Amino acid sequence: MHADPHGVLTGVHFLDGDHACCEGTLAAGARFSAGYPITPSTEVVERFASRIPTVGGIFIQMEDELAASIAIQGAVWGGAKAFTVTSGPGFSLMMEHIGYAAMTETPCVFVNVQRGGPSTGLPTLPAQADMMQARWGSHGDYGIIALCPNSPQECFDLTVTAFNLAEEFRVPVMLMLDECVGHMTEKVVIPEAEKIEVMPRRYTKLPPAEFRLFRPAENDAPEMTRAGEGYRFHVTGLTHDERGYPSMNLETQDRLVRRLSTKLASLAGERALFDAADLDDAEVVVVSYGITSRVAQRALQLARQRGIRAGKFRIISAWPFPAEHIASLAGRVKALVVPELNLGQMVHEVARAASGKARVIPVSHAGGSVHDPAEILKAIEEAVR
Amino acid sequence: MNVTELENACEVPAGACNPVEPFLRMERMPHIWCPGCGIGTTVNCFTRALLDSKANLDKVAVVSGIGCTGRVAGYANLDSFHTTHGRAIPFATGLKLANPELQVVVYSGDGDLFAIGGNHFIHAARRNMDLKVICVNNLTYAMTGGQTAPTTPGEVISATSPYGVFEPAFNLVALAEAAGASYVARWTTYHVNQLARSMKEALAKKGFCFIEVLSPCPTLYQRRNKMGDGLDAMKFYKQVSKVRNGAPTSECALTKAGEIVVGKFVDRDRPGYFDLLKGQMTASLGDRYAEPEILC
Repeated sequence: MHADPHGVLTGVHFLDGDHACCEGTLAAGARFSAGYPITPSTEVVERFASRIPTVGGIFIQMEDELAASIAIQGAVWGGAKAFTVTSGPGFSLMMEHIGYAAMTETPCVFVNVQRGGPSTGLPTLPAQADMMQARWGSHGDYGIIALCPNSPQECFDLTVTAFNLAEEFRVPVMLMLDECVGHMTEKVVIPEAEKIEVMPRRYTKLPPAEFRLFRPAENDAPEMTRAGEGYRFHVTGLTHDERGYPSMNLETQDRLVRRLSTKLASLAGERALFDAADLDDAEVVVVSYGITSRVAQRALQLARQRGIRAGKFRIISAWPFPAEHIASLAGRVKALVVPELNLGQMVHEVARAASGKARVIPVSHAGGSVHDPAEILKAIEEAVR
Repeated sequence: MNVTELENACEVPAGACNPVEPFLRMERMPHIWCPGCGIGTTVNCFTRALLDSKANLDKVAVVSGIGCTGRVAGYANLDSFHTTHGRAIPFATGLKLANPELQVVVYSGDGDLFAIGGNHFIHAARRNMDLKVICVNNLTYAMTGGQTAPTTPGEVISATSPYGVFEPAFNLVALAEAAGASYVARWTTYHVNQLARSMKEALAKKGFCFIEVLSPCPTLYQRRNKMGDGLDAMKFYKQVSKVRNGAPTSECALTKAGEIVVGKFVDRDRPGYFDLLKGQMTASLGDRYAEPEILC
């Protein structure tokens, strides 16, 4: 299905990542957003609040992030495509509802423009330290998808992808920007509506008597309906059977909770999103994501100039972690260098996937600025020494 | 079958044993509520209100939080949502805004709506969001074993106030009025006809409507406080309740054993969220304003 031209601002623009992300939500068909102001993410919903009354939809500023993160789910079950936007402290408050969305298989998008933490941290400065929280922040076992754009253009493109994946897999999708990507202004090309693929909601065609709201269908994810259509369905955060009814039975728990993770397995392998270059002859590969990948690009250039056979693997879909790809790289290279704006988060996943077949060298940073490319270059040089 | 086609509220539909059966997910019976608990009584009143108001049940959604009353959503044979603790109102807000033709009823307990969810309650009332909020107030956290709630009256013994509650309790009807609710009423589970009538009125009223229903918890609240069983609660309600429609809500605070003022306290017209939204957008944007078309 193509995008609804109503929401698509076709043309060549000069936008920052937050604004481009907002245009992505509109192109993807989101007509509802609930938010709560927090730096450095607020521009996404500020633009949405300005644009949506002429497109035909609703923005509501809620009383806190708990409210925003559940209001969007009410809207989804009412029939909307919906999202919320936040940063570190607000993301912490949203954790319970990320769990609720995972458990109730509510397709929705959480945008997190990451800033320095912990706690109030560095409100106006970048970090990538919410990566593990995005994956594991709510209690219990479940799966989510997380995407990491590294430019305003990708903020647009991946926002559309985030909504599409949410519908396809019936999961909450995290869009993990960082303050730099959110506030960096670059050229953004928004295509014509008919060139933007939009995944429609997978509404069931079964009549109410035959429909089971949580019976796995395509991708092991169930089909959906919305309130008001005569299905008289029930949704609960309790462990539930295929009818959606609470069931405290161990077998139901096992079947449901395993499926919440395994339905996303293809994203760790053939469906993983990444950007790779210079891998054919590489003896060392820099694995990075988000803004850090752009700093790493400079380090890679410098390394090649010095005759080091260095390659690039940029993670785009960080969760599920593209483990199969990292494992295969690890079998071919001496070392994987992992710079990130935290004290070591995704590097643990890289090490786990590499499974001792290549050295894994973290380049940590407590956040507040990007790396100096020289730090990454130093790690590359050390890797091949 | 849409049971609202039945001629009168007491008619037993074909194939059923009880007039309210078509409103319930009978395959989920028996329910989890204790003997003497009043929640079932409120559900009965709610079904009567739906019947009397000839509501199209396909367009009625029930949203609950967590707790004993939170389980209402699971038994109502409607589109129903059992959400997270305290967040029924913001979930319902999203549901209503996305799909305004739904009649959205929030059905939850006092701990859920006024402790963990208190902030959402006052803001939804402030916005005059078109939600019907039914609060079953058993004066305690029952699901977790009878702990002190913001509604537990002074001197009451609870699991977390073993020497007696000393914090002042919320007066829910005064809170609702102050926050901006369009309709505010209070009944007990003794007042089944009045409660059903109030629910019917609220279903017909635009804007944020709040009905508090005092409901017994014999297992945890009454037993600990030597207040007898469910029947004793009915006798108590009968004895101490005083109908005072239009009473100033500031005079309606509850105590452990004193008078319970019941009745309809507020019934006023304030512009609703959608009216305000449309008014503002039309004033600012004129023809450029596009009516929300949210469904995907």
